[in-house]
Amino acid sequence: MVDITIGAAGVIQPAEVKDVELYHPKSWVTKYVFCQDAKVIAIQYSITALSIGLVALVLSWLIRLQLAFPSSLPAIGPGDYLQFITMHGMIMVIYLLTALFLGGFGNYLIPLMVGARDMVFPYVNMVSYWVYLLAVLVLVASFFMPGGPTGSGWTLYPPQAILSGTPGREWGIILMLASLILFIIGFTMGGLNYVVTVLQARTRGMTLMRMPLTVWGIFTATVIALLAFPALFVGCVMLLFDRILGTSFFIPAVVEMGQHLSYRGGSPLLFQHLFWFFGHPEVYIVAVPAFGIVSDLISTHARKNIFGYRMMVWAIVAIGALSFVVWAHHMYVSGMNPYFGFFFATTTLIIAIPTAIKVYNWVLTLWRGDIHLTVPMLFALSFIVTFVNGGLTGLFLGNVVVDVPLSDTMFVVAHFHMVMGMAPIFVIFGAIYHWYPKVTGRMLNEVLGKFHFWVTFLGAYLIYFPMHYLGLLGVPRRYFEMGDMAFVPPSATTLNIFITTTALVVGFAQMVFLFNLIWSLSKGKPAGSNPWRATTLEWQTPETPPGHGNWGKELPVVYRWAYDYSVPGAKEDFVPQNQPPVARAA
Amino acid sequence: MSITILFVLAPIGAIIAWWLSRQRLMAKPWLEVGAIDDFPGTGASSLPAATIGLGVFLAVVSSLFALFISAYFMRMQVADWAQMPAPRLLWFNTGVLILSSVALQYAQVAARRGRMEDVEYGLIAGGLFAVTFLIGQLFTWRQLNAAGYFLATNPASTFFYLFTGLHGLHLLGGLVALGRTADKVWRGVEVSQVRLSVQLCAVYWHFLLALWLVLFSLLTPWVGEFAVICRQFLI
Repeated sequence: MVDITIGAAGVIQPAEVKDVELYHPKSWVTKYVFCQDAKVIAIQYSITALSIGLVALVLSWLIRLQLAFPSSLPAIGPGDYLQFITMHGMIMVIYLLTALFLGGFGNYLIPLMVGARDMVFPYVNMVSYWVYLLAVLVLVASFFMPGGPTGSGWTLYPPQAILSGTPGREWGIILMLASLILFIIGFTMGGLNYVVTVLQARTRGMTLMRMPLTVWGIFTATVIALLAFPALFVGCVMLLFDRILGTSFFIPAVVEMGQHLSYRGGSPLLFQHLFWFFGHPEVYIVAVPAFGIVSDLISTHARKNIFGYRMMVWAIVAIGALSFVVWAHHMYVSGMNPYFGFFFATTTLIIAIPTAIKVYNWVLTLWRGDIHLTVPMLFALSFIVTFVNGGLTGLFLGNVVVDVPLSDTMFVVAHFHMVMGMAPIFVIFGAIYHWYPKVTGRMLNEVLGKFHFWVTFLGAYLIYFPMHYLGLLGVPRRYFEMGDMAFVPPSATTLNIFITTTALVVGFAQMVFLFNLIWSLSKGKPAGSNPWRATTLEWQTPETPPGHGNWGKELPVVYRWAYDYSVPGAKEDFVPQNQPPVARAA
Repeated sequence: MSITILFVLAPIGAIIAWWLSRQRLMAKPWLEVGAIDDFPGTGASSLPAATIGLGVFLAVVSSLFALFISAYFMRMQVADWAQMPAPRLLWFNTGVLILSSVALQYAQVAARRGRMEDVEYGLIAGGLFAVTFLIGQLFTWRQLNAAGYFLATNPASTFFYLFTGLHGLHLLGGLVALGRTADKVWRGVEVSQVRLSVQLCAVYWHFLLALWLVLFSLLTPWVGEFAVICRQFLI
């Protein structure tokens, strides 16, 4: 490294980097396949995550078809149904949302937004993607093993997860656990990169409080994930031991077909603690990057600085810390001490405070802003609405007495699909429409984009609002079919048919989005380097799409925060972060 | 769980809070337009990226083992728990691992002072002691097997194999890094090019030694009895 100076500001990155220190791919394979450039890795992550997400989308159609037309689809048996819901949930939460937010957006945006040339450990970063891909392949392989994938529910609760009777008991559960272990190893490699890059590779002038909230969100989520994923790792390793080696971590003494199994003394509750110690922070691993991204989208497309930037940062950090002390609110019905329930209900409701601060700040950012209803903005707005709606039912479920009757009903399904299904997906769509021009140099088609938005947004509400009602009726989740139950009126079936029809339509509307992604690659309107007239550094690169090393010969120098929109007296309605201030008259 | 939160997540949280408190989170960035030198800045730390990377990795490993230990204590409460005798060989292994750590510390000091030959000795000795430790651990496995404590005999023995196995795997990973450093030393590079690697290896070794001492004390019966008393306050 050259000319590193240590001053009052700590170490400042050198403005020029020697050519030899940059990663230079030498062949097609090292440029596009085994590539160490964070931007290529980001695209690899995104394509893999979206592809496996499509599998989960198809699974959701099959689930919905069964729910609407029970016993008229001979191809879907009870076992298949359980396998579909398990794989749908696991894929969407871990292999799509987590991988796309952190592996996809994290890899692409962190180096560009903080003004770095690449991640600090590019080789480890590359290995991270390949381990992730291996995890996905192992997961996919479980579909083709004898017995099929596991049908234990995405929470994998023992003892049923590994005992006979649960589909996929032979191979499915083993591959599922192996795949999760691989995913965590791969993620840890990537996560180290994201954290250390934010800490050590920021360019001159990029103080923490000048970072865009997107980087704050991804950074905090990575820290949460690095500390929470080990809990899932521990649970998976121990469950794998129980399944393969016959140990008794989680499995109590079980009589099966009149025969005592060799298990004894294990504690199924222990698994639940481990699972949710990861599982609840996981919600924020997905939500916090979405918070960050949506802040930037709103500020850019409303041409106004984000309201309460400091408060937004503090709220992100506070949510990250609180997310570790609420896990047992997923276990209210597991027979815990009532005082524990009281404690966890309190901490759960406290999280509503920083979250509400963020919502107020988004709304106040919009207030009297110059709102451009572009596709990214539409998705950002729909996120706010959906997140609030989903969050409100979270207040219901966070209270023990309300949760107990609603537990394991469709109400819960509707709640988490709104708050951590649709809401983050809206942000992902918004972010793709927003950054696609930087990644490819071309705009996505606006008409197709608006069509995609309205179908997805309205469809999401048509699907999930009625589902709350089903839950209040007492319709349980995960049931293959209802049969004749006195408390379920026939109208519930009509409602299910309506939901399924909408789900199919919304699902097919995603094909429009995929078509748009591919079509615009060559036919889209050329975007130029900064189509949204945004201030953050990734829009100020000398080339679009950014070349290797991102910044040409010299790193940018940052003079201001990321939200100088509509500054009074400025020539344009945005001032890029790397634009020096006008010299003041003496 | 409370063990994890008390002993690992709370200290990590304290470190993060301390670091954040020095990052001028009270700054008003919208008022601070200008070159970096105009304001007390919060640039990168002067530590190399690899050191910070190792620090973050150690936090992850701490979290991992703390959760295993939490599970250990929670599983211990069930009636079928039968405490297992710790093989005597473990004391010998512990001594060897301490020697390994001392050797790497010696290499680190030598690297700082620029004595390349001593760095080489330190690395070789540290590596050999570490391999001896791993072989010793395999022997304890054999002894336990011979004594009838198999993996699935009792949760206590399962945890024994799990803890020693995972710790051993982490040490194996460290040996790979150590091997690469030693290779650089043999190829005769400048001391400035290996100083950081030697230092990081030493830090990792000390961490694994400390971790082993914690695990060893948990696996020793008298500590197990002590823990039975403690966990009444903790869980």
